[in-house]
Amino acid sequence: MKWFSATCLALACHVSLAADTHEATIVIEDHRFAPAELVVPADRKVKLTVVNKDNTPEEFESYELNREKIVVGNGQIVVFIGPLKPGRYPFFGEFHMETAKGVLIAE
Amino acid sequence: MLATAILVFREVLEAALIISIVCAATRGLWGRGFWVSLGVGLGVAGAILLAFGADRVASSMEGVGQELLNAGVLIAAVLMLAWHAIWMARHGRELAHQMKSVGAAVVGGSKPLRALMFVVALAVLREGSEVVLFLFGLGAGGSSSEAMLLGGVLGLLAGSAIGVGLYLGMLGIPIRHFFTVTNWMVLLLAAGLASQAAHFLIQADWLPALGTRVWDSSWILSNESLPGQTLKTLLGYDARPSGMQLLFYASTAILILIGMKTWGRSHASPAPAPH
Repeated sequence: MKWFSATCLALACHVSLAADTHEATIVIEDHRFAPAELVVPADRKVKLTVVNKDNTPEEFESYELNREKIVVGNGQIVVFIGPLKPGRYPFFGEFHMETAKGVLIAE
Repeated sequence: MLATAILVFREVLEAALIISIVCAATRGLWGRGFWVSLGVGLGVAGAILLAFGADRVASSMEGVGQELLNAGVLIAAVLMLAWHAIWMARHGRELAHQMKSVGAAVVGGSKPLRALMFVVALAVLREGSEVVLFLFGLGAGGSSSEAMLLGGVLGLLAGSAIGVGLYLGMLGIPIRHFFTVTNWMVLLLAAGLASQAAHFLIQADWLPALGTRVWDSSWILSNESLPGQTLKTLLGYDARPSGMQLLFYASTAILILIGMKTWGRSHASPAPAPH
């Protein structure tokens, strides 16, 4: 009985966690982010997947989000962000800063 | 070329600052040059290996392998630094005394050197693998190798120059206070690296943030700026810290302090005069 209720609790937690986390994806192509403006819900944790379609590595970085992570060529990464207050959070690709720019908008 | 120089400079700077603190903290210990060089060499070799295994690391552990590796490396460095700070609290005074009377390297201090060799290697590993990936990407993208090489060398020189400057500045501290100062710097460095480890574990969703952004002081001093980045390495300054980072920072600092007081005192107290 004990393990049963524990399992139920774990499952409930898992489901509620999954429901609380918003998932979003951005793609890097020709050293540019698509979409360059990504809207996500405020006050919720965001699981951001960054897919790199270029052959060269990139570093997804944002001072406002306090995040930094390398994406190898033709690879993809997952970054957890937030929960964020409403606002604009610029990000960039550190290896191609002239072109790789974008902004995350929490609302 | 300028972009290459700036990026390499930023990565080299963090490792250079850590190396200069390690060099100062092990001043007067015999074999220091060898152990620090060995640390740099192992770090560079590891960085190249890690850069080529980057896709495997990134895709492991459900896409958060990079964060877990970084956090693991940082925590290992924190443990080594903590051990060193506690060791020095016990032996620093006699070391300073011996150095004053002999004016030469003290034999028998290779234990902390081996621990700090790993700290140097881990710092170079973390920053170096990013440089390797960046240069590799530039090369694959068809940039001229001369410009790339020149930028890389310029960045390396500039970053190292700041590290050397910090080291020379620390040498100006009177020897009586020298190891007290370096020990505090080691303590703050360890606390800052612990906070960075927490940051990576939050990014991987392995730890709750306990407040995504407890404060935002980027309008006074942002981590993008050179002073902000320098203080990030030296003191663990974060313009937008999470609650969990602050918790890691404070706990590490307090635990090391307790260790220093507990094991440092027994030796420092004067022994009864022999009859």
